Amino acid sequence: MGKNPSPQKPDATSVVLCGQAGQGIQTVEFLLTRLLKLVGYNVFATKEYMSRVRGGMNSTQIRISSRPVRAFADRIDILVALDKGGVAHLGKRVSSDTVVLGEKEIIRDEEIPGKFVDVPFVKTASEIGNKVYSNVVAVGTLAGIFRIDSALVADFVKKFFSAKASDIVENNAKAANAGYKLGSERANSEKIEFRIEPDDNVTGQIVLNGAEAVGLGAIAGGCNFIAAYPMSPSTAVLVFLAKHAKQFGLIAEQAEDEIAAINMALGAWYAGARAMVSTSGGGFALMTEGVSLAGMIESPLVIHLAQRPGPATGLPTRTEQGDLELALYAGHGEFPRIILAPGKIEDAFYLTQRAFNLADKYQVPVFVLTDQYLMDSYYNIPSLDLSQTRVEKHVIKTAKDYKRYELTENGISPRGIPGYGEGLVAVDSDEHDTEGHITEDLDLRTKMVDKRLTKAREMENDAIPPELVGPEKYKTLIVGWGSTYNVIKEAMDNLARDDVAFLHFKQVYPLPKETPGFLSKAQRTIIIENNATCQFGRLIKLRTGIDIENRILKYNGLAFSVEEVTEKLKELLI
Amino acid sequence: MDSKVFDMGDIDIAWCPGCGNFPILKTLKQTLAELQIDQTRLVLVSGIGQAAKIPHYFKTNFFNGLHGRALPPATAIKAANPHLTVIAESGDGDMYGEGGNHFLHTIRRNPDITNIVHNNMVYGLTKGQASPTSQLGFKTPVQVAGVFLEPFNPLAVAIALDAGFVARAFAGDAEQTKEILKKAITHKGYALVDIFQPCVTFNKTNTYQWFKEHCYYLEDSYNPEDRTAAFERATETEKLPLGIFYIKTNKKTFEENIAIYAQNDRPLYKREPDMEKLRKLIESFKSEN
Repeated sequence: MGKNPSPQKPDATSVVLCGQAGQGIQTVEFLLTRLLKLVGYNVFATKEYMSRVRGGMNSTQIRISSRPVRAFADRIDILVALDKGGVAHLGKRVSSDTVVLGEKEIIRDEEIPGKFVDVPFVKTASEIGNKVYSNVVAVGTLAGIFRIDSALVADFVKKFFSAKASDIVENNAKAANAGYKLGSERANSEKIEFRIEPDDNVTGQIVLNGAEAVGLGAIAGGCNFIAAYPMSPSTAVLVFLAKHAKQFGLIAEQAEDEIAAINMALGAWYAGARAMVSTSGGGFALMTEGVSLAGMIESPLVIHLAQRPGPATGLPTRTEQGDLELALYAGHGEFPRIILAPGKIEDAFYLTQRAFNLADKYQVPVFVLTDQYLMDSYYNIPSLDLSQTRVEKHVIKTAKDYKRYELTENGISPRGIPGYGEGLVAVDSDEHDTEGHITEDLDLRTKMVDKRLTKAREMENDAIPPELVGPEKYKTLIVGWGSTYNVIKEAMDNLARDDVAFLHFKQVYPLPKETPGFLSKAQRTIIIENNATCQFGRLIKLRTGIDIENRILKYNGLAFSVEEVTEKLKELLI
Repeated sequence: MDSKVFDMGDIDIAWCPGCGNFPILKTLKQTLAELQIDQTRLVLVSGIGQAAKIPHYFKTNFFNGLHGRALPPATAIKAANPHLTVIAESGDGDMYGEGGNHFLHTIRRNPDITNIVHNNMVYGLTKGQASPTSQLGFKTPVQVAGVFLEPFNPLAVAIALDAGFVARAFAGDAEQTKEILKKAITHKGYALVDIFQPCVTFNKTNTYQWFKEHCYYLEDSYNPEDRTAAFERATETEKLPLGIFYIKTNKKTFEENIAIYAQNDRPLYKREPDMEKLRKLIESFKSEN
C-alpha cells in the first residue's frame, strides 16, 4: 500500500471526484452512494467546495467499505479528475498508489504521481449529444469498476432524471451505459483491484446527510414553523423543510433577514407553534438580540446554527467549530440556554427532535450546533427509530386569572398562548411583573432574574451525559464534541490502545455534571477541536477548573481527516 | 360592547400629559369594542418607544417585543393562529427607521394584520432626536443644523408596494380615526394606518394646531382604488391629506398563500405531526430516487 501509514483496512477504498463547480459532481455523489449502498456496501461521502456556482475546483470523497465508514480520510485510491487541475488541487493526498481516471486530452500535461488511466468522459458524452453528460459517464465508469449490476445502474439513472424531458432521460441512460462499458473494460485491462465484500444488511439501510437528519428531527420534534434567511451551510435545512412543508403541516418562510426570521420564530411560539430558525455565522450574529428576547420573554426557541469559519464572511463553504462561544454568550443580559452538538447523523436527528421538547419544557433557546462538515456528510445507518421519540407539549389552557410569569419553585411558569382559554397572555421585552406588564419595581426585578436563572438547575440535571468510547479504565482521555465524533472514533480504532478512551460531548451546555469525574480519572487529557482557540476546552476549564493540557486544533477550513488525527495522537501518546 | 373591557383600571401611564398617544389609545379601544373583538382573541404586537407602550394600557393579549421588530412576530402570530385579530402598533422611529426592512417586506408578504403607526415626526423615548418622518429643517440636539435627510413617506412607499389598504389619520379627530381604523381592521390583508400624533414635549413644530392647519380630508369623490391618484395624493406636501388613500381588495393574504391552510384553518397548536408519513419519509432514504 502507500508509504504513509494507512488507516484504511484493505477491505475499503476511497474514491475522490474532482472538478469544477457546475460539472455535476454532486449528482455523481448522490447516484453513486445510493447505488453502492443498494448493492450492500457501506458508504461515506463528504465534499469540500469553493464559494462559487461555476468554475473553481471542488472535490467529493466517497469511501466504500465492507464495514461502516463514517469519517473523512486523506487517502485516495481512485481519483476521478473531471477537469485539469484536480491533481494539483488535492496535493499530497494523491500518492503513487492512487489510480487517476481522467481524459488525456483534458488533463494533458498535468503531472500525475500515481497511475493514470485514460477515460474519455467528455468525448463519450459529446458523442451522445452534450458534454454535460460527462458526469453520468463517470457514474457509469465507477459502477463498472465496482461491478454493480448494469441494469440497476441504468434504471437508477433513469429514475433520477425522470422529471426531465424524455430525450435527456435517454441520453443520461446512454451515458451511464457507455461509462459502464469504459469502467468494466478498464477494471480488467488495467487491473484496478476492488475486493470489498458487500453486506446484505446494508442494502436496506438509509443514506442521509446531516442537513436531512436535522430536518427529519425537526419534523419528529413537532416543528411546524421555520423562518430562515439563506446562508451556507445552514440553507439545506430550510430547503428540506420547505420541500416537505405541505405534507407535514409546516410553515416554511424565507424571511427578509435573520432578524425577521428569529422574531417570527418567537411570534410563532407565542401563538402556539413549535418554531425553529436555521442559520450560520453572520446570520446568527444578526439574531443575537432575538436570542436575548427569548431569554427575557421566556420563549421556547430552537436555533439550528451550522458553523462555518469566520470572522465576518470568512470561508463561506468551509467548516469550523468556531461559534461555540458565540452561541454560549449570544444575547445581552443573563439568562439560561441549552447547546446541543450532534456528533453522528443519528444525533443530528434525535437531538434536533429533543431540542423542541427541551425548549418547550424550559422556555429557553435551545441550540443545535452543527457545521458544514456534518451538514454535507452522508453515510448509511440502519434507520431512525420514531418509537424513541415523542412530541412533548407544555402549553396549558389559560384560566381567567392567568399570569404568564407566575413565580414558581423551579422557575418555570405554565405557558399559555393567546386564544386558548379564558386568560390573557402578555409578554414583554422590558422587565415585567407576573402578568407580563412593564415594571421598574427593583425587588421584583431581582425575583424575575432569579426565576429565570433557577430554570438552569433542572436543565443541568437533564443534561445528556458524554459518551465514553473505549476502555472504562483509561490513562489517557481524549475529549471531543460535535461533528468530530466519527473521525476521532476511527482514529481510536487505528491506535488500538487499551489505555486510551475518548469522551464525546453531544451536549456542551449546560456542561453535563459527569464531566469532572471523567476528566479527573485520566492521567493525561487531550482535546480535539476544529477551531483555533480551544473553545470547548476553555468552557470545561471555566465550569470545572480542569485544564486539558494537550490540544489538537485545526482551523484551515477543512474537517480533520482520520490520518491526521491518528498521527497527531500517536505523537502525543509516545 | 363597552370599550371599558379593554381598560386596565387604575394604572400609571408613562406618557406626558397631553400626549397624542392618549386619544389614539381611547379611539382604538372604542373601535375594537364597536367591532365586537373578543379581547382573548386579540393580540397587540409592539416594538419599543412611547407608542410601543400602548399594549400595557390595554387589557388584552400582547407581545411587546424588540425595537423595530413588531411586524415579524405579528406576521408569525397570525400565521400560527389565523383565528386571532393581530394589530402591530408602534411609532414612526420603530416602524419606519429601525424596522424599515420589515415594513417593506411585510407589505409584500401581506399578512392579514393591521399596522398602526403613531407618527409624531420625532423620537420621544430617547428625548427629541429626528425620526425618519421629521420634516426638513427640523432642529434637534443631534440634527443641530436641522434635518436634511429626505423625510420618509410611508404612504407613498406602501402604495408603491401595492399594499392592500393605506390610510392616514389624525389623533386629534377621534371620530374619523375610528372610522378609518374600523375599515383597516376589517380589511382582509395588510392594512397601514399612519396616525399623525403631536408630541407635546419634543416637537414644538408639528403641534395640534399645526396639524389642524396643515391637514385636510380627501374629498368624498376621491376613488381609493386608483393607485396613480393615490400616489399623487400621498406625495402632496403643501397640505397633508387624511383618509383612505388606497384600497385593493382582491389580494391573497400570506395565510391564504400558506399551503397548509388550503384544506382547513386549524391553528398550529391544534395540529400534530403525522408520524406515519414521517416513517415513510425516513424509509424513502433507503433508495431515495
